Amino acid sequence: MLKFTKDHEWLRIDGDVATVGITAYAQEQLGDVVFVELPAIGRALKAGKDAAVVESVKAASDVYAPIDGTVTEANDALPDEPGLVNTDPMGAGWFFKQTIANPAELEPLMDEVAYAAYIESLS
Amino acid sequence: MTMDRSQGRVQRPANDAAPVATASGHRGLVLEEALIFEQGQVGRTGVDLPEPTAMLSRLGGLDRQGAIGLPGLAEPQVVRHFTRLSQKNYGIDSGFFPLGSCTMKHNPRLNEKMARLPGFGDIHPLQPESTVQGALALIHELAHWLTTLTGMPAVALSPAAGAHGEFCGMAAIRAALAARGDVRRRVLVPESAHGTNPATAAALGYEVDPIPATARGRVDLAAFKAKLGSDVAATMITNPNTCGLFEDEIQEIAHLIHGAGGFFYCDGANFNAIVGRVRPADLGVDAMHINLHKTFSTPHGGGGPGSGPVVLSADLAPYAPLPMVVLEGDRYRVVETADGSAAATFGRLKAFHGQMGMFVRALAYMKSHGADGLRQVATDAVLNANYVLARLKGRLTASFDGPTMHEALFDDRFLKDTGVSTLDFAKALIDEGFHPMTMYFPLVVHGAMLIEPTETESKEAIDQFCDTVLSLAERAASEADAFHASPRLTPRRRLDETQAARKPTLRWTPPALPAAAE
Repeated sequence: MLKFTKDHEWLRIDGDVATVGITAYAQEQLGDVVFVELPAIGRALKAGKDAAVVESVKAASDVYAPIDGTVTEANDALPDEPGLVNTDPMGAGWFFKQTIANPAELEPLMDEVAYAAYIESLS
Repeated sequence: MTMDRSQGRVQRPANDAAPVATASGHRGLVLEEALIFEQGQVGRTGVDLPEPTAMLSRLGGLDRQGAIGLPGLAEPQVVRHFTRLSQKNYGIDSGFFPLGSCTMKHNPRLNEKMARLPGFGDIHPLQPESTVQGALALIHELAHWLTTLTGMPAVALSPAAGAHGEFCGMAAIRAALAARGDVRRRVLVPESAHGTNPATAAALGYEVDPIPATARGRVDLAAFKAKLGSDVAATMITNPNTCGLFEDEIQEIAHLIHGAGGFFYCDGANFNAIVGRVRPADLGVDAMHINLHKTFSTPHGGGGPGSGPVVLSADLAPYAPLPMVVLEGDRYRVVETADGSAAATFGRLKAFHGQMGMFVRALAYMKSHGADGLRQVATDAVLNANYVLARLKGRLTASFDGPTMHEALFDDRFLKDTGVSTLDFAKALIDEGFHPMTMYFPLVVHGAMLIEPTETESKEAIDQFCDTVLSLAERAASEADAFHASPRLTPRRRLDETQAARKPTLRWTPPALPAAAE
């Protein structure tokens, strides 16, 4: 199951773990990503608060935790190869995995169709 | 019979636009320059000193054993190297430098002359006070000008740059809150703020809470009110803001933050637009840094260190950093220790008094302009920016309606469907002989181009720039490929900024030496 936030993060839900990254639209807006700072494993995340940092040639931006939870894994490939966020944002460019503290928080998030419509409304 | 009419005449040069390969690698008088380390030769030197004899080391065996690794160079090589590098530089002395939010104004030469007077230029901060009374008097007088222009009772001069000044002002706020036993957690910062504002708040341990902007490019007062609370230590607001707009609800914002028990930190980076016309104290400001290297014309952008004095309200003044200069009778004294009137100081920010050379330049600028001249500075800076806005807004897309303050903000809507980005547009300006405007900042508009002409540019210079920008905007529709390839006339073409950020080469490493013969 794939979910999206208004801040252009995606979550792929697999059982009780969510993989989090930024969307194709987000990486396009950022331009070439040159640096990614990932959360430490075990860190407690709060929905809507900063979880990671992504820096492009244009700007540095916070990546927010989409839901409450605890970081279980970070994408070790990103610090050495931040370009993965550009080339494969929804795949190899994932940021971190987290637990789902409160499944009800997934409800208000957008699905793929709703997110596509949301992007459309921004342009 | 046909006559060769060219005989005896000077031939016009062939119009050959193709790049010319030269044997030397130089291109005309644009010289290729190797790194100084690459030019070094073992054994070459610019000075010839006798070998020391019977040297006694008191370093306890810690003295360097191997070679120091500096390049061996003769004096003319060094002079040429740095002269050539300086010729490649583009600065405010070379041409128009419309970098928004940076106030790249002319640095008057009178300031330089004053800064080189031996009584200012050749003294040392550890000299006895009795031998530097003139320098201390200058510091004291500069403080008087800054407090008078801002209407604030106190100023800390030691911060070495704008962000250092922010740190100083916010540290004073934190100390004032701590003194009343009031621990607060959040700092409210508009989304359009300079990146240093949230960085400063975070460096002091605060949580940064962003305030959105309205469609008018100003602080959203309703959102601001909603975020206020007893845990808000301060708000940091730039006025005029980074969109070049005056925050016209600033007094209400100050009233609200004070009502909630917090402080109002004003980022004074854009003081150039209001100096002599608006006193920040009248806006309700508690602390504000002033970039001497912007408003008061001291060199920056590689030409000199910054200097970011902070004016403070009466409530914050007791926490100001050391040292400070006070007048006692007819003698100036440097307060160095945390006692007496300085007992509550939050400490020391810098080894000595601050950027003395910049103090001299800034005061020379103030005194040569006078109060009326400084007022004219703000007037002309705003007039010039509005002239740029008026000339360009028919072709470029202005981000906000209405007049602006000291800088004109455009976004990239006018480039829509051309395939040309803000970055391409800026690179094309380099081929036209201009330093580009600020790009992609502020972040609140898409593909931002921020142009600040300052009051020191003539109408002719601004017109030439505007004509060029309008011509580029016209060409963008049909010449996207040329824009992607620009700059094309510079010693180096488009640099790979992504690669430079991802895999920076930060130091020269010597080539591997050939293996020693057996």
